[in-house]
Amino acid sequence: MAPPTSSDQSGSARLAPHHDPDQSSDQSGPARLAPSHDPDQSVTPILTGTPRRQARRVASRSRTSRAENRTGWLFAAPTAILLLLLFVAPIVVVVVMAGSRWTLLGGAQGNNFPDNFTRLFDDPLLKQSIWFTVKYTALTTVILMPVALGLALLVQEARQWNNLLRTAILVPSALGIASASLLFYALYSPQVGPITHILEALGGPGGQSSVLGSPSGALWGTVILVVWRFAGFYMLLNMVGLQAIPNEVYEAAKLDGPGRWKTLTSITLPLLRPTIAMTMILSITGSLLAFDQFYILTKGGPNNSTMTVVQLIYRDAFETHKDLGMAAALSVLLLLALVVINTLQLRALRVGADEE
Amino acid sequence: MEEIALTPRRSRLALAAVAVAGSVVLALAACGGGSSGNSGSVSVPAGGTDDGTTITLWSRAPLEKQATNAVKEYNKSHKNQVKLELLPNDDVEGKVGAAVQTDSLPDILAGDVVRVPYWTQQGIFRDLTQQIDALPNKADLQSGHIKAGTVDGKEHTLPFVTDISVMVWNKDLYKAAGLDPEKGPANLNDFVTQAKAVAALGKKDVAGTYVAGQSGGALVFTLFPMLWGNGEKALNDAGTQSMANSDSAKKIYAAYRELANTPNGLGAGSKTETGATWTAPFQNGKVGVEPYPATAVSALFKTSKFQIGVAPIPGVDGGSSTFLGGDAIGISKDSKHVAQAWNFLAWLMSEQAQQSVFADNNDTASNIKVLENGYKSADPRTLIANGTIKTGQTPIATNFNEAFNAAGSPWQILFQDAVWGDASKVDSDNQAITSALGQ
Repeated sequence: MAPPTSSDQSGSARLAPHHDPDQSSDQSGPARLAPSHDPDQSVTPILTGTPRRQARRVASRSRTSRAENRTGWLFAAPTAILLLLLFVAPIVVVVVMAGSRWTLLGGAQGNNFPDNFTRLFDDPLLKQSIWFTVKYTALTTVILMPVALGLALLVQEARQWNNLLRTAILVPSALGIASASLLFYALYSPQVGPITHILEALGGPGGQSSVLGSPSGALWGTVILVVWRFAGFYMLLNMVGLQAIPNEVYEAAKLDGPGRWKTLTSITLPLLRPTIAMTMILSITGSLLAFDQFYILTKGGPNNSTMTVVQLIYRDAFETHKDLGMAAALSVLLLLALVVINTLQLRALRVGADEE
Repeated sequence: MEEIALTPRRSRLALAAVAVAGSVVLALAACGGGSSGNSGSVSVPAGGTDDGTTITLWSRAPLEKQATNAVKEYNKSHKNQVKLELLPNDDVEGKVGAAVQTDSLPDILAGDVVRVPYWTQQGIFRDLTQQIDALPNKADLQSGHIKAGTVDGKEHTLPFVTDISVMVWNKDLYKAAGLDPEKGPANLNDFVTQAKAVAALGKKDVAGTYVAGQSGGALVFTLFPMLWGNGEKALNDAGTQSMANSDSAKKIYAAYRELANTPNGLGAGSKTETGATWTAPFQNGKVGVEPYPATAVSALFKTSKFQIGVAPIPGVDGGSSTFLGGDAIGISKDSKHVAQAWNFLAWLMSEQAQQSVFADNNDTASNIKVLENGYKSADPRTLIANGTIKTGQTPIATNFNEAFNAAGSPWQILFQDAVWGDASKVDSDNQAITSALGQ
């Protein structure tokens, strides 16, 4: 149990405590049962937060306090049970699976740790799929972020055509990713789609080579689909961020007479930082978990060149090895990787924000 | 009311979390583990029982027509009623896997015959040896689908829908190319020559042939018969060793490679075709000659705007064969109505049912007597296709799906390398197939 604390971190304005007790009642309130949050809890950042106040209390263990403790538990129970069933339990199941021989048709057959992991690393596809997933994530993020921001800057002002433009750009986001992938599958198809013929007319390779036929074509074909599908959504997030920048800042800056470029780089972008960080986190996490678009467009082909990690999980579980244990082991590794990556991203964001 | 500190004591919460999650795991494990021990032989009257029970049947969506016909005919004439559920082709493994672990398989399960050896080995089907051996017309049934479900001499499955591959050609294009429209290829050389002749027409979007380069399933379905026709094997009998690097196999790849390097030789999209649309180009009159599913071509006889020729798939140097594909059917380990389920299966094997469900609908029957006598009024090309069944084979291997059919399978990669990539990799690619078979 953590000791009563008295912390005072000046730079911690963005760390939100679970609750915000009133200091003055610390000593007198018999309801103060347990020491609350510890000060080291540094991984609960949110983008805007209330100033953290120190919490300090004395643990007193009277009979009344136990009764009230129980009442408190009762209040929290519905949420806690939901959380356990929907969030904690599945993770525990996956971890147990990862350490067991657990085949699709044979069911659980007891602990075999670390066999699933060694078998995973024996598969040459693992390295290939990790590398591909990283490459795909970098490509989509690097392309999608500037495109979304550019579109947001383009349509943020209320002009005649901008309403129409905004709607047009946002429409793809209303499509399910699976439907969008099927649409592109048809567009890319050399039999029914126009794109092969257009490329041919432009002097590209015709006949044999359809867009999805080569590893690079399949990758870029998918990246284009994803940019088309998500640009509108990220544009919307960026617009919200842009509108949150007070006009006064721009007006004050005008006194110095900066050009448009200078305004963008010195005012808009720094003030948009939280939004940019959030969209990047969303984009990177989403891309690392890519599945649907590849499942429909390429099935990981040609020759497994577009195999993402999540597709590999699916294959191990349902197609090739039919081994849920192996798939769970890879899921656990992916989960850990995501936790590390997201933590680093959030930390980078917080450090950057504190500098200002 | 006084303020209550709501911060939970972590250690206790964590303990509770572990406890709850642990009990979930135990419950799941119990479900998974409790499924053995009921797959032994059961005593069932010879023809099964028809007492008004509802029986459940799972089949997959590509066989909707045949499955629906079978169920309709049976329900019309029996007190038992079969309830059919069609699964999307790609969901079959997952759905069956989930059902196995929760003991909720349907009474009767039909599945792609290449998946059946694995399912049987995993104990999904009941042992029906007694019943199958007692069938009065067992000798008339095509045996590929019975062998696929035979493990340690015990038989578990019967043919449900037989789908075979045949060579088809577009007679209109053949005429235009100066070929004899009545004569299809009799060996691999003919195939290449005729495909090239059509390619040389230089018609827009028309190609000599078409192949599903990224569909391992379509590739075994269309190419294995060329080996079998030549009297060779594609797999060893135990299903543990691939022979996809034999000299004859390499001749087949070389033929496709030659066509791939010929302008219009191989239809656009062949390299990326995942099987979703592989029957479409021929159907649209854009392909000269192609090994093709018999069910798909029989549907075209009446509707197509061009004339179609049908012949058995030739072996590399002559001879012919076919792939006895389609779906086998068996009674699941979870069935509580085994006698009733057997009533459906026994009925389906009868000549009368094979006639009314399959032959009368121009589909391929699984009963050889019906295949010989039941198609009196049928298109002569259907008879040509039916005639190939006697020489047909079903490749049997526990891990066939993993080695050949799955997306990105080593077999698919072998074909890609051999036709469009580095053909010298065929031997090592074949080794990869063998190791996938042996897992």
